[in-house]
Amino acid sequence: MSSKPQTLFDKLWASHRIGSAGDGADLIAIDRILLHERTGGVALKMLAETGHAVHAPSRVFAIMDHIVSYRADRAADDARSPGGEVFIRETRNMAQYAGIHLIDSNDPRQGIVHVIAPELGIAIPGASLVCPDSHTCSLGALGALAWGIGSSEAEHAMATGALRVNPPPQMRITIHGELPEGTGAKDLALHIIAQHGASGGKRCAVEYAGSTVENLSVEERLTLCNLAVEFSAFTAIIRPDDKVFEYVEGRPFSPAQEYAHRAAEQWMALETDEHAEFDYELSIDASQVVPLVSWGTSPAQSSAIHTPISQKADSRAMAYMGLEPGAPLAGLRIDGAFIGSCTNGRLSDLRSAAKILAGQKVASHVHAVCVPGSQQVKRQAEAEGLDIIFKSAGFEWGAPGCAMCFYAGGITFPPDARVISSTNRNFEGRQGPRVRTHLASPATVAASAVAGMIAQSESSKPEIDA
Amino acid sequence: MKRTPFIRHSGKIAVLPVDNIDTDQIIPSREMKTVGRTGLADGLFAGWRYVSADDRTPNPDFVLNDPEHSDATILVAGENFGCGSSREHAVWALFEYGIRVIIARSFGDIFFNNCLRNGILPIRLSPEKTDRIMALTRDTTFVIDLPEQQLHFGDSAVRFDISAYGKRLLVEGLDPIDLTLKSFEQIRHFHREDETLRPWIYRAVH
Ligand code: SF4
Repeated sequence: MSSKPQTLFDKLWASHRIGSAGDGADLIAIDRILLHERTGGVALKMLAETGHAVHAPSRVFAIMDHIVSYRADRAADDARSPGGEVFIRETRNMAQYAGIHLIDSNDPRQGIVHVIAPELGIAIPGASLVCPDSHTCSLGALGALAWGIGSSEAEHAMATGALRVNPPPQMRITIHGELPEGTGAKDLALHIIAQHGASGGKRCAVEYAGSTVENLSVEERLTLCNLAVEFSAFTAIIRPDDKVFEYVEGRPFSPAQEYAHRAAEQWMALETDEHAEFDYELSIDASQVVPLVSWGTSPAQSSAIHTPISQKADSRAMAYMGLEPGAPLAGLRIDGAFIGSCTNGRLSDLRSAAKILAGQKVASHVHAVCVPGSQQVKRQAEAEGLDIIFKSAGFEWGAPGCAMCFYAGGITFPPDARVISSTNRNFEGRQGPRVRTHLASPATVAASAVAGMIAQSESSKPEIDA
Repeated sequence: MKRTPFIRHSGKIAVLPVDNIDTDQIIPSREMKTVGRTGLADGLFAGWRYVSADDRTPNPDFVLNDPEHSDATILVAGENFGCGSSREHAVWALFEYGIRVIIARSFGDIFFNNCLRNGILPIRLSPEKTDRIMALTRDTTFVIDLPEQQLHFGDSAVRFDISAYGKRLLVEGLDPIDLTLKSFEQIRHFHREDETLRPWIYRAVH
């Protein structure tokens, strides 16, 4: 046996490696499979059509989140896009037929798959998880090996309990320093992508490490890892620590009490050994992070709101966004504001927005919507009275799901609307035909909604020398 | 499920000289109307192909609407083609439309794998070679020989790389599930051993 120092990723990989699958790939055991009605229903259907059974139904979870209506009084089948009911009904039927866990639209456990997987203890340290959804990388925040796949790979994982995967290269991003007041994990993630480009992750398994990361809460770590796919990473991962162990404890699908001690012992070993080697190393100074807002149609096209957009900026993106180079983002009139999604739809996100909205009103021309990431987040927020703050400020308060994070047909912001959004994708048409999406933190979205234009919260304004 | 083997293909190219074409552009979410992998070709590139989302009048500026390109079976694009959402519908839509080969400088990972599983050959070429192909006249015929890993056009031949596994899936028209199920005993054995180490994974609460 060699005693070569191992990375956290190496350890996770080794503990799931069934064997070589030839041609450089490994056969990797899949512990838990998550599905949603948009891409999971079709995987269940293909599986049934080809006559394959689900290998371990008790480890597969179907969740309704993508096209469920976000109206507060939705019925179980209500979709937010015309014809969307078909996806909800068929996924429900197929899930029942396959005998897997079903978390239906109005189940008290329901929410966006990447929000509820940690909440329910489905995502735990040391587990391998896949979902036909690219933001599955979020779950690496708990020290899990989690990545997004395609629908037919989900079918594959269900039928065989394993997937054939090429071991990705590895990158460590070490972040030191304190995040300045008024900035958070979203700004940090956009900062990294803006600095190193949308391809900067080089298809690596990216380990986020360093004191800044250790100081982030579990929810903030989920936000940081969520954006890894926008950085072209295979996935992201963070060493699970006491915060995570505490977070995981007692959740419905977490290890039962009788195993808790053994599990904790194994999880403690999930860290990168000293002198372990990575294919790439980056280091980030968190004290340089400022509140960022995207100006273009890639998350990499983000800047501080008072910085004039470069004369050399991508002209296609600028045209789509209706911007002229040389002007800053600050002061641009907005038509819409959205707070929610798997990026920033958790309780801490809603709290940070509510802090800014308390006693304030959204500008009258702004259509503002807040959709909590899960039923649990919604219940907790309501228990704290956050819903009252959002509603009195003029925000719509919706029922949990992906909601306006992506357009699936149906009602959305009108063409050419300028929307500031706490989501993760600003691609052309992402929130509706010709809708112009500006990504930002929940705090920046809230401050902009009140101002009626792109703005940042008081606490994060740069100090101006007199 | 056995698929049609991909051995040799000849066809015309259509160039999309844009980087980062994501799967939302390849098939907008609103175009995914059924729970299945068919009925998607109409929605391919819908945002660019039609004048507006509701009005299906073809946009004359879009390459696939150009009569000289309407029968193209090979797409040529820039960097990071197929990035973004994992939706496999992007690949199903391309296949149903008739696209068999995609040449690009690089691809989104999930998209790339989805191509191999669904009978489309994704070819990664250097920026120089991709640019050279993009500059060719529209009536150039391409011949792709997968067993030989060669791309022929005009008097040129270019070699491309592909993993042995990807090549086997395409050339033999194999279903990856059937391939993995050949190792099912090995998988079962792993699970049995792993269950003693991590029982909490296998004894999930119901
Ligand atoms: S919230 Fe948005 S990014 Fe997250 S899973 Fe839903 S659609 Fe995808």
